[in-house]
Amino acid sequence: MNGKQSYSRRFFLKTSGALAVLAAIPASVKALYNEAKNFIVPPKQTFPLPVSINKKMYKVTVDTRTTLLDLLREDLHLTGTKKGCDHGQCGACTVHVDGERVLSCLTLAAMLPGKEVTTIEGLADGEKLHPMQQAFIECDGFQCGYCTPGQIMSAVACVKEGHTSSVAEIKEFMSGNLCRCGAYNGIVESIQKVAK
Amino acid sequence: MKPFTFSKPENLGKALSIKKDTVQFIAGGTNLLDLMKKNIAGPDAVLDITTALSSKIEQQGKGVRIGAMVRNSAITTDKTILSKYPLVAKAVLAGASPQIRNMASTAGNLLQRTRCPYFYDITTPCNKRKPGSGCSAINGENRMNAIVGYNEQCVAVHPSDLCVALAALDATVATTDKNKKQLSIPFKDFHKLPGDTPQLDNNLPANAIITSVDIAENPFSKNFYYLKLRDRDSYAFALVSVAAALHLQDNHIADARLASGGVAHKPWRWYEAEQYLKGKAPSASTFSAAADIVIKDVKPLSNNGFKKSMLRGAVETALQNCLTA
Repeated sequence: MNGKQSYSRRFFLKTSGALAVLAAIPASVKALYNEAKNFIVPPKQTFPLPVSINKKMYKVTVDTRTTLLDLLREDLHLTGTKKGCDHGQCGACTVHVDGERVLSCLTLAAMLPGKEVTTIEGLADGEKLHPMQQAFIECDGFQCGYCTPGQIMSAVACVKEGHTSSVAEIKEFMSGNLCRCGAYNGIVESIQKVAK
Repeated sequence: MKPFTFSKPENLGKALSIKKDTVQFIAGGTNLLDLMKKNIAGPDAVLDITTALSSKIEQQGKGVRIGAMVRNSAITTDKTILSKYPLVAKAVLAGASPQIRNMASTAGNLLQRTRCPYFYDITTPCNKRKPGSGCSAINGENRMNAIVGYNEQCVAVHPSDLCVALAALDATVATTDKNKKQLSIPFKDFHKLPGDTPQLDNNLPANAIITSVDIAENPFSKNFYYLKLRDRDSYAFALVSVAAALHLQDNHIADARLASGGVAHKPWRWYEAEQYLKGKAPSASTFSAAADIVIKDVKPLSNNGFKKSMLRGAVETALQNCLTA
């Protein structure tokens, strides 16, 4: 032993031990906090989702809870599809999946791999509007326009399904799309025009 | 919505082996997703069984087998259904919207929950949502609720139209569980009354799955009608609905079927009125008498007294329309 040694073996062990304990406490507290949080609020589950929209492949990492509507609007910024009620009561979120009209607010994005989604953005052919879009303009098929993307997607399907033999039939098969402005007459006219 | 894990089992055996009370199957999702958004359903895991279940409508003996995954819209365009079981197609077309019919599955239609406003409002007591908490509807806003078969625990109604037609035609529900035990449940026994377990809508065994709905050959493809009365002409749940079917022979009613939606916790058959109709001549007075039998045991709640006369008229009209439809 000589006077130059400033730290004793005991001192070293004591200090390093205390430091280790100090370092360990926040970690275990944090872990406990996370465990408690996960018990009360289950952690969100994310996964990689390949999805084809308007014939373009997207790869996004999303929460399992994501609906097709939120995927379109929030993740892919395709905001043409509108959120009205978010509970399948208004039809504003209507899109086509594999060519059939569905409600995107009640479709789980996780169920989409292998399917083709068409939104209002995918309807026009370049600069040329889809005949139904053109008809809605010509027949005054909208006022405020909020329900219009859903109305048009539904109308295109209505014609494709062949439910256009009478005004009554068109109204029955368009009943899933509500319009608060009351542009229904223009919408029916638009459909009749395209169905001809 | 509560977070959940998502997976797509490649077949039914795999799906059933993972199934437990905290795991939910998803098919169309039109009801489940809505319930999850409202925090009424909160599964830990969701299993996509859209490809594990049959989406075929096939001949089964002399009847028809509708796969559990057959979309509602597919029922309305199927040639066999339209020619031999048109009442079923007519009932499906009376329900929901074209978009929802494109999504919703056959089995999911059977398993959909009630639309009682208190079941959906998680701030109010509801024995169906939270057993033992009480029924808010029995002394509350109950104009859409039951008029028969209810008790003080629950006055909810089953919202399906398809099920009313299936009840009328005595369909059977084919189910299977993880031990591959198959069970065929007569339609009249599939859904249940509230009893002491209003949280349960049906008698599907725990963690079993519906694989198909089967309808036997029947003589009700000619004279039938589905009448649905509601707050607006389309895209609304029934206040009352009536599925009527007559088998006419030599200007007499050889057999009759009469069922209603919007009146009870399950699709409701009017057996006594059916018995009355048998052997009678199909006339306005016969139909009127049958309608009187239907409403004689009906006990409306505080806000739905109108349903009694509405139902009486609906039964008469549906039976009349059986002759002209």
